[in-house]
Amino acid sequence: MSVVTDTSARSAEKIRVTRSRRNVAWTGVGALVVVVVLALFPYIVYSGTTTIMVQGFIVLTLACMWNLLAGYAGLVSVGQQMFVGLGAYFVLILALHGTSPFAGLPVAAIGCGVAAVPLWWLVSRLRSGYFAIATWVLAATVMLVIERFSSIGGGTGLPLPGLSGYDPAVLTADTYWIGLAVTVIALTATYLLLRGRLGLVLTAIRDDEVAARSSGARVGLARMLVFVVAAVGCGAAGGLNAISLLNVQPAAVFNVQWTAKMAFAVIIGGLGTIEGPILGTAVYMVLQQTLQSYNVWYLIVLGLVAMAVALFARRGLWGLVDDHLHVRLFPVGYWLWAPGSTGRRGIGLARRGGRPG
Amino acid sequence: MVWVNDIIQGILTGGLYALFACGLSLMFGVMKVVNLAHGDLAVIGGYVALGVITVTHIPVLWSFVIVVPVMAVLGYVLQRTVIQAALDRSVLTTLMVTFGLSVVIENALLEFVSANSQSLGVGNAIITRSFSIGSQIQIAYLLVLIFAVAVAVLLGLQYFLSRSKYGRMIRAVADDREAAQLSGVDYRHVFGIAAAIAFGTVALAGIAYGMYSQFAPTTGTDTILLFAFAAVVIGGLGSLWGTLLGGVVLGVAQQIGAQINISDEVLAGYIVFLAVLVLRPQGLTSRRAQS
Repeated sequence: MSVVTDTSARSAEKIRVTRSRRNVAWTGVGALVVVVVLALFPYIVYSGTTTIMVQGFIVLTLACMWNLLAGYAGLVSVGQQMFVGLGAYFVLILALHGTSPFAGLPVAAIGCGVAAVPLWWLVSRLRSGYFAIATWVLAATVMLVIERFSSIGGGTGLPLPGLSGYDPAVLTADTYWIGLAVTVIALTATYLLLRGRLGLVLTAIRDDEVAARSSGARVGLARMLVFVVAAVGCGAAGGLNAISLLNVQPAAVFNVQWTAKMAFAVIIGGLGTIEGPILGTAVYMVLQQTLQSYNVWYLIVLGLVAMAVALFARRGLWGLVDDHLHVRLFPVGYWLWAPGSTGRRGIGLARRGGRPG
Repeated sequence: MVWVNDIIQGILTGGLYALFACGLSLMFGVMKVVNLAHGDLAVIGGYVALGVITVTHIPVLWSFVIVVPVMAVLGYVLQRTVIQAALDRSVLTTLMVTFGLSVVIENALLEFVSANSQSLGVGNAIITRSFSIGSQIQIAYLLVLIFAVAVAVLLGLQYFLSRSKYGRMIRAVADDREAAQLSGVDYRHVFGIAAAIAFGTVALAGIAYGMYSQFAPTTGTDTILLFAFAAVVIGGLGSLWGTLLGGVVLGVAQQIGAQINISDEVLAGYIVFLAVLVLRPQGLTSRRAQS
């Protein structure tokens, strides 16, 4: 409140608005260094490590997308495996027609975005829980339709052709770099989207949907855009998965466990923040690697942790970091600085992640 | 004649789907909870029945005497602890928590009881016998029994909700929680009762499915939850008798789909579901537009 009175009293002075409380140039430099170091990994570490990291890239990309859906657009989709599967199948279909899977990957991702438009139309009228199960039914339907075509393997699937001429070491390294590229693009796109107009509309919807509508925010369009972007991201991750496994099997690529993985990573890391999915994916990978000799126990443990976090630490692990250190690596909100104020005092706008209420 | 047979079989299977669906519908109607673990809980009911039959050697048809109360208690406890805690936070939390529960149950079952399919009462005379009408139509006693149970459950629920003291409380809480609370109703307890009833029907659904077909840990999501949801949407959200109509439409669509191409049974059901979603999103019975 004091900001308002200050402004009217000293209107000559300007209110400063910045993206972050602190200078974030170091974040950009840091991110660049991290990406460069990661890009050098195939020269430094064993190929076993890069193969595991490709799994991490896939989960991180998926988590980013699910975070956009659930954390920002309020769309809890339990059917994102439909785009993981479609991405894999688009890569496979292109490869069967002679396109290299690496070249086919971007086409497959965009194809998923195009497919998302009619699929969105089918489920867009439903809200919250009904939307969740409807996307699940939709994923099952897409799988059943795909299984009807015996030319792409029917119910059993096909190995991915087009990569047999590769030297295994080169293939592993190339897959890794493509995976890194997909993840960096997914993170950058999320960041830029949320900084832009769409981010503003989504924040408004998150805070008060009715008020946002009455202010002229095109809520339906914003949600559709998020659904399409998430489809592109999940499609890219699905295509990447097909390349890394060299095999496409309908029951595996359309498995609801894909959604479980992305959702758990986001919930544990922190819903509604860009940093959360990164932290959540790290937790996911550590648990998965530690418990990998115990079959599906890692999913049971992850599920229990995610339930506990959803109930007791709703802003996730990153929320805890943020509360104690007040750090934002990817600032997408605004800070207001009262006229003449210096130092650390400012008012955060749309700073908090997660949904209120 | 083949088509008549399909329609009869479809209608009878619809009873099973209504049994899947009424618990889901009840929990949404009263608590606004979409329980994503619904199907996995039915599968747990199936495994509990299997355990009870193995240990006590009671006839499979009577296993519900033990399984239904066990599941009802589980329902009350889950509602009063985890689900209520999630409800107190937000709808989003409820979805995430029940989804987590679903994944945890499914994978825990995979660990503890293996992925092998199980079924209840193999070789039991009532379960395997059938009677014929003409030369082409064969009707299994079991399907008739399941249909009758579904109708009885729906009648019982309707009677309970409209006549009994707890039914009145449940309706009051569902309509206006604050007003009911002001009149001295502990809504948490009422939610628990509603969840117990819903879980009781879920137990029946699990047993019925175990006798009708085979179940495995993944059956809970890829069959029971999705079919239950399709039946609820086709029939009309929030309508108890709508779930029977929805189940019947789904069952008939699947039978006709299977007649056209044996592998299209499930797909045909989903296509009808999607058609209803697009053409009549309020469902076949409900006149009220969906909020």
